[in-house]
Amino acid sequence: MVFLDFEQPLEKLYEQLEKIKQVGEEGEVDVEPMIKELENLIRNKRKEIYSNLTGWQKVQLSRHPERPYTLFYIRNMCKKFQELHGDRCFKDDKAIVGGLANLDGQNVVILGHQKGVNTKMRQYRNFGMANPEGYRKALRLMKLAERFNLPIVCLIDTPGAFPGLEAEERGQAEAIARNLFEMAQLKVPVVCVVIGEGASGGAIGIGLGDRVYMLENTWYSVISPESCSSILWRSWDYKEQAAEALKLTADHMYEFGLIDGIIREPLGGAHTAPEEMAKLLKRQIKKALSELMEMSPEDRIDARINKYASMGVFERAIESVDEEDDQGA
Amino acid sequence: MGWFKRLKDGIQTATKYKKEAPDGLWYKCNGCGEASTMKELRENFYKCPKCNYHVRIGSYDYFDLLFDGKYSELFGDLYSKDFLNFSDLKPYTERLEEAYRKTELMDALSVAVGRIRKRSLVIAAMDFSFIGGSMGSVVGEKISLSIDYCLEHQTPLMIISKSGGARMMESAFSLMQMAKTSAKLTLLAKAGIPYFSFLTDPTTGGVTASFAMLGDINFAEPQALIGFAGPRVIKETIKKDLPDGFQTSEFLLEHGFLDFIVDRKDLKETVGDLLYFFN
Ligand SMILES: [Zn+2]
Repeated sequence: MVFLDFEQPLEKLYEQLEKIKQVGEEGEVDVEPMIKELENLIRNKRKEIYSNLTGWQKVQLSRHPERPYTLFYIRNMCKKFQELHGDRCFKDDKAIVGGLANLDGQNVVILGHQKGVNTKMRQYRNFGMANPEGYRKALRLMKLAERFNLPIVCLIDTPGAFPGLEAEERGQAEAIARNLFEMAQLKVPVVCVVIGEGASGGAIGIGLGDRVYMLENTWYSVISPESCSSILWRSWDYKEQAAEALKLTADHMYEFGLIDGIIREPLGGAHTAPEEMAKLLKRQIKKALSELMEMSPEDRIDARINKYASMGVFERAIESVDEEDDQGA
Repeated sequence: MGWFKRLKDGIQTATKYKKEAPDGLWYKCNGCGEASTMKELRENFYKCPKCNYHVRIGSYDYFDLLFDGKYSELFGDLYSKDFLNFSDLKPYTERLEEAYRKTELMDALSVAVGRIRKRSLVIAAMDFSFIGGSMGSVVGEKISLSIDYCLEHQTPLMIISKSGGARMMESAFSLMQMAKTSAKLTLLAKAGIPYFSFLTDPTTGGVTASFAMLGDINFAEPQALIGFAGPRVIKETIKKDLPDGFQTSEFLLEHGFLDFIVDRKDLKETVGDLLYFFN
């Protein structure tokens, strides 16, 4: 088990539990009551820690090395899955995966950012940072889905679009912009879920949909807390403050009306019970799809565009001044 | 009260106060370092008479350069709200106050409708002097309202981009403006109303990765920095020096992301021609 810094009290309790279990195996004393007590303590401690996580702690959880990634969810949620590769222009980007799948009887196209599960695979997946061909592969699959009337599910988990030289040469910005433009007009339902990190253009590049959800311990922001710290605080040391200031948690995003719902994670985070998490995720996706499939494509597209058109907070000076005048100020 | 009143007055402020173009008697070129008189510079479309470096200018300078005489500003009363109560080394409200004071602008984008060679056009132009031309809710909403206006009046749209990207101080709200502006642009496309995207120095981040790359025509000023990631970030990532001319307009043209590059002295004629072709 990997413990995050704020989970230290839990780590100590787990160590004690291990010791007691060892004593029990030696068979001299009845340790059952002590094990029960410790397990209780662990449960309560976990509740205490997890009932009050800061923004930065959620960022840490979203990056937990044992956290389930896109392919885990696909394989757990779907009976059948045929991965489809390549953007048909340049290459197959390993940081975005996708394909045809069956979700309890409903065929879908499902895709998402993919991170690696060990050091070698993390390199192979480029840490979940896609190049333009990743976004173009995603768009190719989405257009395929549209052609054959299959709903689309996008799972978002990226520290950002890859900021490399070749990515610029091949039009990283154009690829993301094109996806936003095309996704707005897709005739089939689009459900997006942030399952880990939702960093900036790299996340929203596959993130414009009829319904957007976030898992409980994930984040969504215009910039990572580290980069925000380095630019606005001119130092890498203010990531905790930046995470707070950016109000990037699922709770904030829901409160602001920028997402449609939060999917609760098992106590202690998605990684503590990945199969259960996959079940909860699947339940929400199915619910959303069945609602969306009731609508006509035209209504769905109108509602989708209107939803995004209404996002933004601003003031109008003339109205405000008029109001003041009305009150005789 | 304070800045409400100033803002309200600001709406009526004559455009001559809002120009980003430099004042003074002399201009020392950022490109070649040579000096020229302000008169020479002005008469040369704010380009260096020695090396043709395009000096950064503001939204109202472009309105004056492009429109036949008079134009009317649209949606000039929108201004930012610090909804997140954002503070880094400085509160966002203070950054806004400073920007109002320094620029006399309401936000990083101004919109106007006017005519070019008798054909009407809506121009939404960004100002880099206002918090780095960053896109927050106001920029997104003004573009969205411009699109509604163009749909209603069957008028082509031109957006002049000049931006460091999304406005961090509005966090996810600014990120969502990428989706908002791109989604709204699909309505213009469906209605068959042309959208010209003109990219100027610099155009990066979430602005490039949304409306700036989505023109029916994408064109740029010479030597402008255009990209997704900033050069510094890329350099840190690849741990190598970047090649000469990387992320310039000319680089983007070569890699197939721009239709053409236009010298500022030919801009009005070119846009007039585009309106003619898409008439
Ligand atoms: Zn010069």
